[in-house]
Amino acid sequence: MLTVKDLRLERDKREILHGIDLEVKKGEIHAVLGPNGAGKSSLAYALMGCRGYEPIAGKIIFNDVDITNLSITERAKLGITLAWQEPARFEGLTVNDYLSLGKKNDVKEALEMVNLNPERYLNRFIETLSGGERKRVELASIVTLKPKLAILDEPDSGIDFISLNDLLELMIKLKNDTTILLITHNEAVAAISDKATMLCDGYIVKDGTPSEVTKYFRDICRRCPSEKYSKVRLKHET
Amino acid sequence: MRLKGILKAYELSGGKPEDLTSKDIGSMIVEGNKILSSNIVEGILIEKEETETGVKVKIVVGKGQRIKKPIHLCFGVLPKEGLQEIISEIIVEENASADIKACCTFPNARKVKHVMDAKFILERNSSLSYQETHFHGHYGGIEVIPKAKMMVNENSALKTIFSLVTGRVGKLDIDYEVDAKKNSTTEILTKVYGKSTDKIKIREGVRLNGENARSVIKSRIAVKDNAVSEITNITEGNAPYTQGHVDCTEIVRGKAISRAIPIVSVTNEKAKVTHEAAIGTVNKKELETLMAHGLERDKAVDMIIEGILR
Repeated sequence: MLTVKDLRLERDKREILHGIDLEVKKGEIHAVLGPNGAGKSSLAYALMGCRGYEPIAGKIIFNDVDITNLSITERAKLGITLAWQEPARFEGLTVNDYLSLGKKNDVKEALEMVNLNPERYLNRFIETLSGGERKRVELASIVTLKPKLAILDEPDSGIDFISLNDLLELMIKLKNDTTILLITHNEAVAAISDKATMLCDGYIVKDGTPSEVTKYFRDICRRCPSEKYSKVRLKHET
Repeated sequence: MRLKGILKAYELSGGKPEDLTSKDIGSMIVEGNKILSSNIVEGILIEKEETETGVKVKIVVGKGQRIKKPIHLCFGVLPKEGLQEIISEIIVEENASADIKACCTFPNARKVKHVMDAKFILERNSSLSYQETHFHGHYGGIEVIPKAKMMVNENSALKTIFSLVTGRVGKLDIDYEVDAKKNSTTEILTKVYGKSTDKIKIREGVRLNGENARSVIKSRIAVKDNAVSEITNITEGNAPYTQGHVDCTEIVRGKAISRAIPIVSVTNEKAKVTHEAAIGTVNKKELETLMAHGLERDKAVDMIIEGILR
């Protein structure tokens, strides 16, 4: 469904993604793990086509269409969407306004799926919600949009511990209609994925099952002595 | 005929004509310099007088009166050309409260001038919500000059909303000044959308002169095409424990030009005044979020602007 070939990305004249290759198959949850600053969110923005994240080389193929130079809207119309790690505040926009955009599923049901009472939340202005509530609304928007591919950037951040299981259940439900690229550094979240990729300092250092990749994360990455991940990668390669 | 015309214009600007004709609701309709109707309900007094170029009106909300339904006022000029000068005084007496919704409609304006010279007095322990919604038509041939001096006495609360977000602005020159006394609260919200060659000048000042007085001045302005805006928000903290905040957001598109001038001053060591101003394009994350939901860039920008002007 999604193929990323040798993707290179520069920010502030510094290369931050170095030749990323990624294959996400239809119907799977594919986790991208990595420490802070590894380039996970930058990869998500590049895949969505965000301004400032245009690749300097490489290709992004979605359902056999080269989307590398398409705008965000064009990608969205093909069925890709992104749930931001820190969702926008949107002054003057209600939860209902937001969730009604391009909706394919019922707004009230979507709110119930993220444990927000529609009676209480439907007409609330997004700017008045807490960070955790906005995060849930962002996830509800994935339910209403029913995209072919959802890029979820750290969906568990800002969501309380008790709700983590609900979040995992939600992602499993989403999987019926939507392929998920799951950006996370949480092993418990990654565990529900079908496949995982480990990103470190802009390099892919490991591909495999979630357990293989999280083991690698625990055993090798967490012991990494400094911020010089690229050196670690080279060491692993040799 | 005139009444019918103004009611239609009122409806076009988003109002419900029955609010101006209901016997249960305090109201007044003025077209040019003619008072077309007025309705007084228990607890309020309306004194009115036609002048050569407009009207003089005094509204008094009696002592201890809590007016449940909003008082509706409608000022308009239906012909293409004209001058309307409104001299108004609104007094909310001690322990009284009222909600006034004023609509100013000039749907055919090509060369119309509307001047308002207002005085608001909120006596002790009173509250007033004053919402003024304008509709200037699509030609831009209008000049609107609202000036208001407002006195918010001890323990009183004033909230004003000025909204001009549909149609053209023409030339707008607002000048509001508030003298805020002890334990009072003042909220001023202004929402304007300038297009084409519209010129917007807004000056809003709150002087926090009484201990523990609080205020917020919030401006939400969008300009596009060749429109120009200049917003001056002034807050002075002149007494102990006063707190004021200025919050100005201006969105600029096309060749429009926008200027924000926050003037904050404190003359008492126990006072605190803050300000935030954001001028420029729409928020990138908000824009990209809407685009990721399938909206084209322009539609997404419009939606964000509609939101901030809501």
